[in-house]
Amino acid sequence: MKREIIKEAVPVRKISLEERRTTFKEVVIGYSEEEAIAEAKRCLQCPNKPCVEACPLHIDIPEFIKLIAKGKFEEALAKVKEKNEFPAITGRVCPQELLCQKACTLGKIGEPVSIGKLERFIGDYELKRGLRVPPIKAKGGKKIAVVGSGPAGLMVAIELAKLGHKVTIFEALHKPGGVLTYGVPNFRLPKDVVEAYINYVKELGVEIRVDSVIGRLYTIDELLETYDAVFIGTGAGTPKFLGIPGENLNGVYSANEFLIRVNLMRANEFPEYDTPIKVGKRVAVIGGGNVAMDAARVALRLGAEEVTVIYRRTEKEMPARREEIENAKEEGVKFVFLAQPVEFIGDESGWIRKVKCVRMRLGEPDETGRRRPIPIPGSELLIDVDTVVIAIGARVNPLIQRTCPNLKVRRNGTIVTDEHGRTSIKRVYAAGDVVTGAATVIEALATGREVAKTIHKDLTEGT
Amino acid sequence: MFKIARKRIWAPTIKEIEVEVPEIARKAKPGQFVIVRVDERGERIPLTIVDYDNSKGTITLVFQEVGTSTRKLGMLNEGDYITDVVGPLGNPTEVRKYGTVVCVGGGVGISAIYPVARAFKEHRNYVISIIGARTKDLLILEDEVRSVSDELYVTTDDGSKGRKGFTTDVLKDLIKEGRHIDLVYAVGPTIMMKVVADVTRPYKIKTIVSLNPIMVDGSGMCGACRVRVGGQVKFACVDGPEFDAHLVDFDELLARLRMYKEEEKLSLELCEKRLKIHET
Repeated sequence: MKREIIKEAVPVRKISLEERRTTFKEVVIGYSEEEAIAEAKRCLQCPNKPCVEACPLHIDIPEFIKLIAKGKFEEALAKVKEKNEFPAITGRVCPQELLCQKACTLGKIGEPVSIGKLERFIGDYELKRGLRVPPIKAKGGKKIAVVGSGPAGLMVAIELAKLGHKVTIFEALHKPGGVLTYGVPNFRLPKDVVEAYINYVKELGVEIRVDSVIGRLYTIDELLETYDAVFIGTGAGTPKFLGIPGENLNGVYSANEFLIRVNLMRANEFPEYDTPIKVGKRVAVIGGGNVAMDAARVALRLGAEEVTVIYRRTEKEMPARREEIENAKEEGVKFVFLAQPVEFIGDESGWIRKVKCVRMRLGEPDETGRRRPIPIPGSELLIDVDTVVIAIGARVNPLIQRTCPNLKVRRNGTIVTDEHGRTSIKRVYAAGDVVTGAATVIEALATGREVAKTIHKDLTEGT
Repeated sequence: MFKIARKRIWAPTIKEIEVEVPEIARKAKPGQFVIVRVDERGERIPLTIVDYDNSKGTITLVFQEVGTSTRKLGMLNEGDYITDVVGPLGNPTEVRKYGTVVCVGGGVGISAIYPVARAFKEHRNYVISIIGARTKDLLILEDEVRSVSDELYVTTDDGSKGRKGFTTDVLKDLIKEGRHIDLVYAVGPTIMMKVVADVTRPYKIKTIVSLNPIMVDGSGMCGACRVRVGGQVKFACVDGPEFDAHLVDFDELLARLRMYKEEEKLSLELCEKRLKIHET
């Protein structure tokens, strides 16, 4: 039987632009059952399955899509859950266009299958019918401390809990979830999605202790006295700054602070909530990644009249997801490309007023393969602003490394591990951004799952 | 949730609470602080750990009601609960034998110098303490500081107790009298710490200040507390809160502390309105 090839993907619906500019509601509505089935039917079910190879978690993508196409959602969900605990999260924040969808055979002649949207559909299906905690028969019986409740820590905790171990997560902030809670805004990843998974983790028997800053409240050495193993998944949560004059002027935020104030402290609801945020009429966001897009779109929703993203390369080199760049554009975010801030200029009372930039041109590709931006001497660009958000990346938090001298780290603070996640200290493991530097949720999940296996093996078989 | 075991009212706007946080009490050292979030809607604010008792599992906090969070905290009584207490944060004071140490405390900052003065005393330093407040009713922990000091000087801005004037006036006199000073440790309003730095700088007397910039997470994640020290940007929460006073850019810090002035006023007005409704 010859099947019809449909080159266009089923479009995904979004809430109205009006709502997007004024509320923090999720922008993308997601597929209905009919839409999901129609999109799933586009999958060619090609035998070599390049998408599975491209997925860091190696989800059996064609198989779960086939089940969606047949309307067998429960079975599709089970197929996804074999490899991925958080389909409603990864379906939303994974850069599918660079992974599974990039590899999709259909993408060679038309639009690739919207794998991410289908994954989200099945994740939302599970959230709607309620997450079910599997019966745990295994009796691992070991005690494991997990430091950090972001993607890596949650994944490790789930895997080890399923193997019958007693897991305690230590979270520095007052709410668990790490970057999923403090970093990604509600309009991209609703907080009730994250909370549903956190509750699931708790129901698996994992204890989550918030307000616990490891390195201060307990050192790694102290945790080793009580626990059989310690997993470090503290991520890359320390903001980078540009190191240019005027960076400490009032009105200049790190993206982390800007997003924490809104996502965690709910400054968008000030003064109903006590934490304030200052967003002027004109906001500049420095950087070209997903965090920059998030910050720009948050600024718009907080009432800024003009939000401009300043990026030193061109749109083509932006590390942000295409989808998020498009969302930002639709909502009215403006872009200034090939410009690099060299100074923030303030007024007499110490408030930011202008960003002084130098114009850039693109030279030869650098080690990342992107063309290197080169300043054009004598060029200058002044942009009037009331608020600036610096979103040029994050590095690892130094707190644990400083209070654990035996832990081998690289010059940039990332923890050195072997290929299985073992650090230089026996019984101490690490994965996620704290090992790789700032990367993606899916990579943290993938390595977290592997390290959980290593921990289980080391603890039960001995090394 | 953390229980308030004891409360003491120093003045209508200055309160002391002892909070049951056994894990923090076990680990706390002089010079460290906690982040407190009073309730579900609260801000995260830093407060210096004034005292800690490992056997009772408590820490003591002293605060002045200046904004919504401290106002709400001040309304809580013995037996009430605080939603979040995070710590101990920041680097502990480097306590060793220096020789003669002058501890300068201004306003509610007196509470912050008390544990440090005590630690200096325990390390057999000769401790001279200078404490000051606007007026005698706002002068706190006088007996406590006296009990750990070899000499104590008291000042009030209005002369209602001790010497009329500022703590820095006494410091200037001590230096002029030719007293040998190995270290000055100062905590108080930022402007006071700036003046202390100006006073000791010409004499090259090592001076440490404990800064209290705006913070959110308190663990190095947000950068709200960034201060310029010796031309370099430092995060007070993880690199401090103590720094060499002669290297701190106080003018920048003073400007940054004013960032949310309007919002703080608006928030406090709303808070007062709610408290009034609550009372009636």
